[in-house]
Amino acid sequence: MPRMRMNQAIAQAIADEMRSDPTVVVFGEDVAEAGGPFKTTDGLLIEFGPNRVRDTPISEMGFLGAAVGAAATGLRPVVEIMFIEFLGVALDQLVTQGSKFRYLSAGKVTVPMTIRASVGAGLGFAAQHSQTLESWMLASPGLKVASASGAENAYGLLRSAIQDEDPVVFLEPRRLYAVRGDVKVGSNAAIPLGQARIVRSGEDVTIVAFGSTVRVAVDAAEQAEFSAEIIDLQTLVPWDRQAVLESVARTKRLVIVEENPYSFGWGTEIATKVASELFGDLEAPVLRVTTPDVPVPFGKALEERFLPSTSYLLAQTRYLLETGTLPRPWWEGGPT
Amino acid sequence: MSTEMRADPGLYDYALRPPRLPDPPKPENDHLPIDIEVRVGMYEMQQLIRQTEKRAHDLFLQNLVKGTTHLSLGMEAIATGFARAMRPDDYTFATYRGHAHTIARGADIKKVLAELLGRETGLLKGKGGSMHLTDVEHGMMGSYAIIGAHLCIANGAAWSSQMRGTGQVTVCFFGDGTTNIGAFHEAVNFAALWKLPVVFVCENNLYMEYTPIDLVTPVEHPAADRASAYGLEAVLIDGNDADEVYVTAEEAISRARRGEGPTLVEAVTYRQGGHSRADPGKYRPSEELQAWLDKDPIKLYHQRLLRLGVPESRLTEIAQDVARRVDEATEFAKASPRPGPEHLLTDVWADGGSEWRN
Ligand SMILES: Cc1ncc(C[n+]2csc(CCOP(=O)(O)OP(=O)(O)O)c2C)c(N)n1
Ligand SMILES: [Mg+2]
Repeated sequence: MPRMRMNQAIAQAIADEMRSDPTVVVFGEDVAEAGGPFKTTDGLLIEFGPNRVRDTPISEMGFLGAAVGAAATGLRPVVEIMFIEFLGVALDQLVTQGSKFRYLSAGKVTVPMTIRASVGAGLGFAAQHSQTLESWMLASPGLKVASASGAENAYGLLRSAIQDEDPVVFLEPRRLYAVRGDVKVGSNAAIPLGQARIVRSGEDVTIVAFGSTVRVAVDAAEQAEFSAEIIDLQTLVPWDRQAVLESVARTKRLVIVEENPYSFGWGTEIATKVASELFGDLEAPVLRVTTPDVPVPFGKALEERFLPSTSYLLAQTRYLLETGTLPRPWWEGGPT
Repeated sequence: MSTEMRADPGLYDYALRPPRLPDPPKPENDHLPIDIEVRVGMYEMQQLIRQTEKRAHDLFLQNLVKGTTHLSLGMEAIATGFARAMRPDDYTFATYRGHAHTIARGADIKKVLAELLGRETGLLKGKGGSMHLTDVEHGMMGSYAIIGAHLCIANGAAWSSQMRGTGQVTVCFFGDGTTNIGAFHEAVNFAALWKLPVVFVCENNLYMEYTPIDLVTPVEHPAADRASAYGLEAVLIDGNDADEVYVTAEEAISRARRGEGPTLVEAVTYRQGGHSRADPGKYRPSEELQAWLDKDPIKLYHQRLLRLGVPESRLTEIAQDVARRVDEATEFAKASPRPGPEHLLTDVWADGGSEWRN
């Protein structure tokens, strides 16, 4: 298994898809000649030429719309939104156009496009370039939403996203771009969408993570005196209900760790489902470990406090296991 | 300040503003080199659109069409002239005011009316309705209800045919009001930059919803005056003359097919009714409305065909035949079943309905 950085795994996944399918095209701001601001499309222009790999003007609405139209008529576009925030000026194309095309064509048109976007905090990019914002897209039937949690699954998930017949939003935690991992490559390495991955099995508690928080959870489990099962959801829409329910049915305790604000974060959906389905089996309340409901701060110390850290996750989970009751979050004086 | 503003009553009642009168019809367009049978065909198409839409309006008044409708009464020449110049595999993108474009591309009016009535036999099984008529088999790639969005999408379709080398051209219709949203500017810039085989057609009916376009636009011709910003020529035409539209369309479409890039056309016209079915259109000066009713595209075309020697009886027959087809389509739509709840969960994801989410 080759070892590479997450941005290299991404570039390789796109390149491999472009090799096997001539309808795959790539465009976005600075993706061609510069190879992408995060080097996630490095080398594509040289190999595939300027017809298939294109720099666009700063027109997120314009090029996302072009992706919808191209996907509906025979191409398989992979477009890059440099920072997920920039999707705000083009959200219509995703949640109201691309995701509704199939429905509004009586099922005759599919929209096989992939929207890649870098997300998340941790690099000091401050309030307007550090959010995850997946909640913008979760309640939009017709879309799928997946995230890499490192080089290891970035390759396989992205290949599936590009092959998928529906619009897929593929999130890339920005702070992991430079982190290396062992990557299974090749056409058999595609990881199906909608399937969670049990990263580590355990007995006492199930910790559900997504994107950047998978590492946080794994690190916590390695340090913990208790035995934690770690689930990387990999896809949020549709999320793997079966995997999570089976795990929690065994461990009887659920902790969800999210890099998004506490209120209305994706974990609320998981928590509701599990609490409803396994009501009576649970030995502790469902615990969500998130960021507080504030913008992402700039300074390093504040940003570290803001993000759910390994030690914070450990302290919260430990409290849950020891008392069987819900800890308050740190901003309400809870364990940290 | 406020008293000064009240000195202009037109700002408080748009109907009191000076009327915007149409340019006079152009009898010289009689001599445009268009085959007489093509012209008769365009007459028939305008009749078909007009009568189907009038029927849609009647059905609305009978409470059989729910929600809203946006009619193109008085604007039929644009849809007709363009569709006539298109190849069957060319793409159309339209707005919520899309009945005319759907019918002009050859959609079955039975399925159109059934869709408006929300029936299972409708174009979209009753799930789209008036604002979303779509018929991909006829190249009608959708009616879009978010202002400006589809100009961007049309570019994608045009780019895709360029990449696939199919020679297909995309024609995208929108209103005057749409030229003030960012999507318009992003899309025209993009199309010009990538030399896309797309024709953008602004149907300038002088109003957005209820606001006259000149009150919200700093240039006289909302599309044509902006063309030069994107290195395009200003093309301003009479949208109430199907022949003028047709020759403009032919030229723009062949340019696009030859790989010479996009054209931005502004076709000046007028909607004879309100913006949507809820709107009586009271903000329009009555002199203005009357002048545009006098310039009705079908009436003018009828006169042209008579001048060109088509017997009145032939035109009457066409109109009667269309009336019969519209009656039939109405009966078909009314007799069609409403879709069952099983349709509610389908056509969402390519690999299944909502049950797909395990
Ligand atoms: C982004 C957006 N803003 C506002 C609306 C509401 N709206 C629907 S139609 C319309 C007027 C559009 O005017 P124009 O482009 O001239 O088209 P016309 O209706 O005259 O054909 C408006 C404001 C909308 N659908 N989308
Ligand atoms: Mg208008």
